[in-house]
Amino acid sequence: MTIEALKEKITALLPSVLFEEGGQWPTILVEPADWHKVAVLLRQDDSLSFDFLFCLTCIDWKTHLTMVYHLDATSYRHNLVVKVKVEKVNPAIETVSDIWQTANFHEREVYEMFGVNFLNHPDLRLLILPDGWEGKNPLLKDFEDPINMIKL
Amino acid sequence: MEITSNHSIDKSVSPAVENSFPGQIHETPGGGIVLSKLDDVINWARSNSLWPLTFATSCCGIEMMSVAAAKYDFSRFGFEVARASPRQADVIIIAGTIVNKMAPVLKRLYDQMADPKYVIAMGACAISGGPFFYNTYSVVKGADHVIPVDVYVAGCPPRPEALLHALISLQEKIKSGQTREQIQVPKPAAGGDILHQL
Amino acid sequence: MVEEIGSTAAGDIIINVGPQHPATHGVLHLVITINGETIQKVEPHLGYIHRSIEKMCESLTYRQFIYVTSRMDYLSSHINNHACALCVEKGLQIEVPSRAQVIRVLMDELTRIASHELWWGAMAMDLGAFTPFFHAFREREAINDIMEETCGARLTMNYMVPGGVMQDIHPNFQSRVKEFIALFKSKVSEYNELVTGNIIFQNRMKGVGNLSAADAISFGCTGPTARGSGVSCDIRKLYPYEIYDTLNFEEILETGGDSFARYMVRVREMSQSISIIEQLIDNIPEGDFQAKTKAVLKLPKGEFYQRVETARGEFGVYIVSEGGTTPYRIKYRSPGFSNLSALDHMARGSKLGDLVAMMGTLDLVIPDIDR
Repeated sequence: MTIEALKEKITALLPSVLFEEGGQWPTILVEPADWHKVAVLLRQDDSLSFDFLFCLTCIDWKTHLTMVYHLDATSYRHNLVVKVKVEKVNPAIETVSDIWQTANFHEREVYEMFGVNFLNHPDLRLLILPDGWEGKNPLLKDFEDPINMIKL
Repeated sequence: MEITSNHSIDKSVSPAVENSFPGQIHETPGGGIVLSKLDDVINWARSNSLWPLTFATSCCGIEMMSVAAAKYDFSRFGFEVARASPRQADVIIIAGTIVNKMAPVLKRLYDQMADPKYVIAMGACAISGGPFFYNTYSVVKGADHVIPVDVYVAGCPPRPEALLHALISLQEKIKSGQTREQIQVPKPAAGGDILHQL
Repeated sequence: MVEEIGSTAAGDIIINVGPQHPATHGVLHLVITINGETIQKVEPHLGYIHRSIEKMCESLTYRQFIYVTSRMDYLSSHINNHACALCVEKGLQIEVPSRAQVIRVLMDELTRIASHELWWGAMAMDLGAFTPFFHAFREREAINDIMEETCGARLTMNYMVPGGVMQDIHPNFQSRVKEFIALFKSKVSEYNELVTGNIIFQNRMKGVGNLSAADAISFGCTGPTARGSGVSCDIRKLYPYEIYDTLNFEEILETGGDSFARYMVRVREMSQSISIIEQLIDNIPEGDFQAKTKAVLKLPKGEFYQRVETARGEFGVYIVSEGGTTPYRIKYRSPGFSNLSALDHMARGSKLGDLVAMMGTLDLVIPDIDR
C-alpha cells in the first residue's frame, strides 16, 4: 500500500488520530487511554495487518515521556510509527504483549530503564539491571550516579 | 656436590635441553642423576600444564577461541584441556568486560578454583573498563577490583599472539617463583584471621 | 540473588544454566524448570554483560559512537558499523561514492561468512563434535587475515565512517579474496559431509524446537531464525540499502520450522554470500573511498531509523537528534533480543539435551542482547 493510501485508510479507521509531519515513515500520535484499542485495530484489520512490531522504545523529553512503536506488515510491507505521549510522573500505559509477543521483553526493558508502568503485563520485573536495583531509572535524563559514572 | 640455582646448565648437557628442565644433570654410567630443588621442579610442572577455565564474556572471548583453534594453538604450551568447571581449572583468563551484575559470579568462580590458581586479565575491558570507562553506570572499571590479577594483556581485542605472549609470561612468572600465591605470607595459627592473604 | 520465580508443580526442580557455561556462548543465565528431563519453562535472566551502551552513546559524537556497535554484536562488526554510518548519512543526506558502497558490501558479506563459520563450528562443538570447530576457524582465519590487511584489526574493525570507508583497500585485497573464494567453494561440500549428513546430527536437530511462522513474526524473530520457519524477512531484499538491489542472490527460505531448517538456512546463506562476493570482486569501480564531509557532524532535528541485515537478523539504529553534536537518544534494535524471547515458547515440552541444539540454532551473541 502506498503511503497516501495508508494514511487515508488509517484516517478512515481511526478518525481521531493526528499525523506527525516529517519522518521517513507515516507517524501517528495516539492518546494513552486509546492505545490498546488502536493497537488491536491495527493488528486485525485485513488491509493493514501490522503483525510485526520491530522496535519499541521510549524517549525522555524532560517534561514528558514518549513511547515509540515501529510497526511493519509482513504481507504488504508497509511501515507505521506510533507515538504515545505519557506523563513524566507515574507514567502508565497499557501493554501490547497480548497482541505482539515480542513486546513482553521490550516492555520489561522500558519499565526498568524509564520507569513506565505497563498495565496488565504478565510479568513486569527487572530484566537487564541487577536484582535489587534501587535508585532511579538509568536512561532518564536526570539520572545521576556519582560513584559509578565517570564523566568525561 | 653443589646444588646450584634454577636453570643452571651442566656443560655436559646438549644445548637443546637448555631451559627445559630446571636442574643439573650429571652423567653417570648406566644413566644420569638429576639434581634440583623440589620447588623448581614443582614450578616447572605447574607452569607447563595450566588448564584454563572457559570464561569469556564478550569480544575477547572470540580471540581466546582463536588461540584455542589450530592456527595459534595454545595446547602446545600445555593449555590443552579447557575445563568448564572451575574446580578443575588452574588459570582463569578473564576475556571480556565485567559488569556489576557479573562481579559476584566472577568472585564465586575464583573462590571455587583450587590453589594454586592464576588470573590473566585479557583485553582493555578487564584491565580497566576499557572503551566503557566513561559515562557508564554498570561496568566494573577493571577486573582487579574483584579478584587479584597476575598478568595483564593490552588490546581491544589483543591479537592471539599477544595472548600467547601473556601465557608464556605467566609460565615464566611461575617458574621464577614470584606469583602472588607463591610469595604469600604464611597463614597465622588456627584461631587467627582466616582471610586469604593476597 | 534468590527471587520468587513462580509456582511449580510437584516434581519440578529449578536449575540454573549459566552464566558461566560452555554452551551458552556468552553470559546467558537460564533458569529452567524441569520435571524429570522435560522442560516446563525457560526463563532467561539477562544483564550479565549490560554495558549501558545506550546511555554512553548520548555523550559520544556522531563519528565516535560507531566503534561501540562493533562490540555489541562482535561477529557482525562491519555490518553493525555499516548500519550506524548509513543512519548518519541518512540524516545528513550524504551521497556515498560507488567505490565505497561496493567495498562496504564486500566487507559485509565477508563478515557474514565469518560469522556463520564461527556459528557452525561452535554449534557442532556444543553438540559434542569437536573437530568442525577447527575446520571453521581455519576458514575464519583466512577472512581475518584479509580484514587485517585492509582494516588493521581482526575482530572489531572501525572501518566504516559516515561518508564511506576509512581507508582505501589494500592492493592485495582482490587477489586474496579471489583465493579465498576458491578455497571456500571446495570446503562447503566438506562441511556437508562432516556434519550435515551425519545421522546422529540430523536426529538431534530434526523435529527439535519447532517455531511456526506466525509465532516467529509475533515474537519479532528475524534473520535465519525466522527464515527457517518460512518467513521472508531479508532486509537486503525487502528494503534494499547500498547496492543490494542490483545484485543477484536468493533469499534462502526453509519451511521446516525446526532446528535443522534453521541450520540449513545458515549453511546455504554462506554460499549465497560467496556468490555476491564473486559478482563484485572484479567490478570495484574507481573513485573516492570517502565522501567529503564536515569535520564536526551535526544531524538536523528529527529521527532517523536504519535497518540492516546482520548475520543474526534485523539490526536497527534509531537516532533521535536535537540538532547537537551528540545524539539525544539512540536505540539499538538488536536481533538477539527478540530471537531469545522465542526460546521459552520453543523449549517447552522438549528434553534438556535439546535445549542446547535450540540455543545453537538461534545463534545468540549475548552482548548484542544486553547492550
